[in-house]
Amino acid sequence: MFTDLKSAVRPALVMTLLFALLLGIAYPLALTGIGQALFPAQANGSLVRDKDVVIGSTIVGQGFTSDRYFHSRPSAAGKGYDGLASSGSNLGPTSQALLDRVKADIATYKTATPDRPVPSDLVTASASGLDPHIGPEAAFYQVDRVARARGMEPRQVRSLVAGSVERPLLGFLGEARVNLFELNRRLDAIGAKQAR
Amino acid sequence: MTFQGWLLIAAFVGILLALTKPVGLWLFALYEGRRTPLHAVLGPVERGFYRLSGIDPTQEQGWRRYAVHMLLFNFMLALFTYAVLRLQGLLPLNPLGFAGTSEHLAFNTAVSFTTNTNWQSYAGESTLSNLSQMLGLAIHNFLSAATGIALAFALFRGFARRNATTIGNFWADMTRVTLYLLLPLCILYALFLIASGVPQTLAGSVDVTTLEGVKQTLALGPVASQEAIKMLGTNGGGFFNANSAHPFENPNAVTNFVQMLSIFAIGVGLTYTFGKAVGNVRQGWAILAAMLAIFLVGVTITYWQEAAGNPILHNLGVAGGNMEGKEVRFGIAASALFSVVTTAASCGAVNAMHDSFTALGGMIPLFNIQLGEVVVGGVGAGIYGFLLFAILAVFVAGLMVGRTPEYVGKKIESREVKLAVLAIAVLPLVILGMTAIASVTQAGLAGPLNKGPHGFTEILYAFTSAVGNNGSAFAGLTANTPFYNGMLGVAMWIGRFFIIIPMLAIAGSLAAKSYTPETAGSFPTTGPLWTGLLIGIVLVVGGLTFLPSLALGPVADHLAMIHGQTF
Repeated sequence: MFTDLKSAVRPALVMTLLFALLLGIAYPLALTGIGQALFPAQANGSLVRDKDVVIGSTIVGQGFTSDRYFHSRPSAAGKGYDGLASSGSNLGPTSQALLDRVKADIATYKTATPDRPVPSDLVTASASGLDPHIGPEAAFYQVDRVARARGMEPRQVRSLVAGSVERPLLGFLGEARVNLFELNRRLDAIGAKQAR
Repeated sequence: MTFQGWLLIAAFVGILLALTKPVGLWLFALYEGRRTPLHAVLGPVERGFYRLSGIDPTQEQGWRRYAVHMLLFNFMLALFTYAVLRLQGLLPLNPLGFAGTSEHLAFNTAVSFTTNTNWQSYAGESTLSNLSQMLGLAIHNFLSAATGIALAFALFRGFARRNATTIGNFWADMTRVTLYLLLPLCILYALFLIASGVPQTLAGSVDVTTLEGVKQTLALGPVASQEAIKMLGTNGGGFFNANSAHPFENPNAVTNFVQMLSIFAIGVGLTYTFGKAVGNVRQGWAILAAMLAIFLVGVTITYWQEAAGNPILHNLGVAGGNMEGKEVRFGIAASALFSVVTTAASCGAVNAMHDSFTALGGMIPLFNIQLGEVVVGGVGAGIYGFLLFAILAVFVAGLMVGRTPEYVGKKIESREVKLAVLAIAVLPLVILGMTAIASVTQAGLAGPLNKGPHGFTEILYAFTSAVGNNGSAFAGLTANTPFYNGMLGVAMWIGRFFIIIPMLAIAGSLAAKSYTPETAGSFPTTGPLWTGLLIGIVLVVGGLTFLPSLALGPVADHLAMIHGQTF
């Protein structure tokens, strides 16, 4: 047993250092170099700039609470959509805290009635707290409010949503969804045009 | 449940079956130490590593020496990471200026990544520097996976060799798997992830002014390089707190699909490699059939429960399945499938929060880990765990027909059965023992976020995940405390190495035996009868012990849920 142990010391020590250099330093740095060269936009976070200001990432959600925008889902990341504190609520199915939160969120959608239930994703917190999407039903559910707040025709807003729905790839990869950053930017673009 | 959801599950299983043979053949070449096309490029690296560390890769080791070398290497790796985490504040590549971690967190994390568990008591983006992620953690993702595969090779040799005193060379097995399988695959995989939107940069974060004019800071880092090996090596430790639910780790449905496949790819391949090693590939397919049968039942239950949703929320006027803790781009089907895959394998990556699943939907991930993660399982660990159950199954079959049991040409005798039972008993003893301690001590009871039976499930899940080396969590539990970091660290170490040592002893004992040819009286270990027996043994021996704990946790939670009771 002791000779087994003695014979293991040098390989264990040297292999730890060699693999640390190869896998812990060379591998990630080489990929950083290649990634930055081949896919600079994605490798840096798929950021969108307006002039010099970064206004968002196309794949990470941001909080929308104003009546003029389509609302994002509740978020448990920090105080909401905190990019340094991704998290779900971790509330279980029988949690009173979950029940209270959902009740309060439903109350903010005044149009909720028994025959017009709120789509599930609109009042539940996502896993990351940074979900960039809501489902199409959750977007259509908000059309009237957004149209009223912006003084637009509901029909016009509804067709904007319909044009923003992304469908599952090959019919089964992913869910039908609406990217809120993109949809709300489109709303702003129309507003800017009408203001001119 | 939708047609689209079932199509996803069918496509997943279909592609997995198509991958089994090619992956298995590649692994078989490494098992035999044969030359691959990659040797032209990486051969010099391999030989250089051996020369510098004084290793002769052709020198065979008996099971004791194999075990001692493997253990010392893993111990060194754990020490190395402990040092990196404690010294983080003094080391470079720390753009957000994080200080070194506490002793108990560094201990827990070093053990966690060494044992292929990747339990995370911390939130990556607010605790660890880029250097800690790369140098402290990602190397374990490679080496703990390579160690697992090497150990599976050692056990295969036990079955395949006759009258032998050795089971291979640990260093050769581990190095070859790393260089000729994991590293090249990860380079391609990481490039695919970067192209799909996963960041790969040394920057720490970027400031955003949102459309509503609010300041948002997005954490960045070398994510893709770590993400690739996190999935392929069934590690599961995310760069970010939200793991594969974070848009920067898993941006869309295609990356999600590939991530699920990559959790299982090496594990299913190893069943084929086993068949090749013992000279009959049908032995491998029989094992895979038993695994997939258990897997599909689990997927069905979780998918059904999550799609049905939470009646407590339905009563408030909410329509649809359970979306709490799920991402819209994955939806219910891909979240349910991911949760079952990641716990059937010992991966532990999550794309949805298991804590917020419905009671029975969340019970399946828990139960998968309690079975010992032998349904495909972790890379290497899954197949050697399953072979322990196979040894018990032939023993039970032997008792029924009154003959000495045999498996793939080897007589299974009292020594092997005792060692297999010893290894299998570790799981319930430590999981239930530690859960009991945490459930009656103040430090333990301070952990759960949820009240009632769900809080108990959070504790049970934590110890199950630690001993099973899974790493997923009912993450409401506050685990970054001296009590939980310490207990869970010990649990992870026991769960890994107290199974490995009896398993290697079995390998040594089997290798020394001569070949017993199959006769008309032998119990066939390839057909449906055998597959059925395997499933039965896994469920009865692996699962039944945990039934009372499941009744106290998820089952009680479910009854409360359907009666509208909240806590």
